[in-house]
Amino acid sequence: MVSMDTTPEVWARYTPRERLQRFAVFLVTMVAIVWALTSIDVIWPWVFDAPQQMVDLFGRMVPPDVSNLPSILWILLETVNIATIATAVAVFVSLPVAYIAAQNTTPNAATLWLGRFILVSSRSVNTIIWALLFVAIFGPGIVAGIVAIMFRSIGFIGKLLGEAIEEIDRRPVEALEATGASRFKVIVYAIVPQVMPTFWAVAILRWDINLRESTVLGLVGAGGIGIILQGAIDTFNWPEAATVLLSILSLVVLGEVVSAWLRKRII
Amino acid sequence: MSAATDSSPQKWPDSWRRPPLIANPILRYGLITAVTTYLVWACFMLPVDWQRVSQGFARAARIFNGAFPPSFVRSGLLIDGFLESLKIAILATVGGVLLSIPIAFMAAKNLSPKPIYFLGRALIIIARSFHPVIVAIIFVKAVGFGPLAGVLTLIVYSVGFVAKMLAEKIEEIDWGQVEAMRSVGAGYVSTLIYSVFPQIMPRQIGLSIYQLDSNLRASAVVGIVGAGGIGSTLANAFGRYDYDFALAITIVIVAVILLSEAVSGQIRKRIW
Repeated sequence: MVSMDTTPEVWARYTPRERLQRFAVFLVTMVAIVWALTSIDVIWPWVFDAPQQMVDLFGRMVPPDVSNLPSILWILLETVNIATIATAVAVFVSLPVAYIAAQNTTPNAATLWLGRFILVSSRSVNTIIWALLFVAIFGPGIVAGIVAIMFRSIGFIGKLLGEAIEEIDRRPVEALEATGASRFKVIVYAIVPQVMPTFWAVAILRWDINLRESTVLGLVGAGGIGIILQGAIDTFNWPEAATVLLSILSLVVLGEVVSAWLRKRII
Repeated sequence: MSAATDSSPQKWPDSWRRPPLIANPILRYGLITAVTTYLVWACFMLPVDWQRVSQGFARAARIFNGAFPPSFVRSGLLIDGFLESLKIAILATVGGVLLSIPIAFMAAKNLSPKPIYFLGRALIIIARSFHPVIVAIIFVKAVGFGPLAGVLTLIVYSVGFVAKMLAEKIEEIDWGQVEAMRSVGAGYVSTLIYSVFPQIMPRQIGLSIYQLDSNLRASAVVGIVGAGGIGSTLANAFGRYDYDFALAITIVIVAVILLSEAVSGQIRKRIW
């Protein structure tokens, strides 16, 4: 009875405090958008002109020029090779990294931080930036591309695999240790079977992503279909660029279909 | 009969072996052979110039010598680049999210008629299939160098992700509320606003914050091909063999990415 007067007369979805919070978030968002809009360095007439420019560009692309198709398809195969080799190597390299970056299997604190450092530095630097570095080292070509994709993939695979190792059931490990199994046997018979599904899932997912990434490596000179695309765009050969874009689209869609199929079969 | 089985204990192996992943031996060894053959073939097919690679390590040493210690002398340029990346990311997130809401509705199987559903799905597939760098090159050619190309690129990139996730969320909504709205005679738009939006709103906000983080990261990359932001600064530094500045930029990019990942993770954890 005493608390009667504190109950609001009118039903409201939010308390005044919540309303204030929502308003503050809204205000901050608006301020950020206005700040970005007013201070960004764009020439506004170009913005209003953009749709027309895009229509013009796509107009130049039809009909796609397929006269160069055999060499495009050949380089497309090379692109697939880059993605596959890089994924295959990265999978093996990331195994020990995942092992030392997982809290429950790492030998000591120093290796844990080493593992985490490898994962973070690999993951934070984008493939293209890795490619820039490796093109400077290895020279333009496929090797730079493979190494770049590999470096980026180690972090991705290692992180997800490390999390999978951290989530394993401890009991098989304890059971094997109780029988006096060596460290190696514990890994092979207690840890590996538990993380195997995740391992395949992550490897397939990364292969799918790498397929996409390997299509752009050529733009910084690291091999693959990107070289042809860059060449076609630089010479304003838009019909050929359209063919390349369509072949990239079909490659990526095909890759997604293949990886979905593999995922269903293996896991 | 039991005596016969007892007399042939050799039939059962006395040591245990792990069952193979693929039970059928022909398929198993066939698959292993095929994969090995492919990998060997692919490795031999690579046009590798080993001489160039062996020279590469000397070059690597030179690059790293040039890169250490990282130089923050031109930090003004660095900060400008980052602010531009941030602006690009904010505008692209706003544009991308606004655009992906109608596309997500188009691509939700339970709300759209078949032809519109396929159109929506096709838009999402196209937006997702092209790496942002490819999209960026095309936009740079179409609308010129600078942040505008970056914003347009990242809008496409955002649509590919946000619309896909949102469409999946819309397909999972509780249909009862839609039926309730329809049964009282509400129009199409009121049905969407009062029965669909409230169900997808938390997901939408979470996705937007994730996409802002993701766009900030991608804007570091699309700048390399001329779409503005910190990526352009990095590409310029690299192109001028200004490796110590390039290393400084890379370090700051990594730090900002880690920070934004942590912040967006925290916010999303509190919202969901």
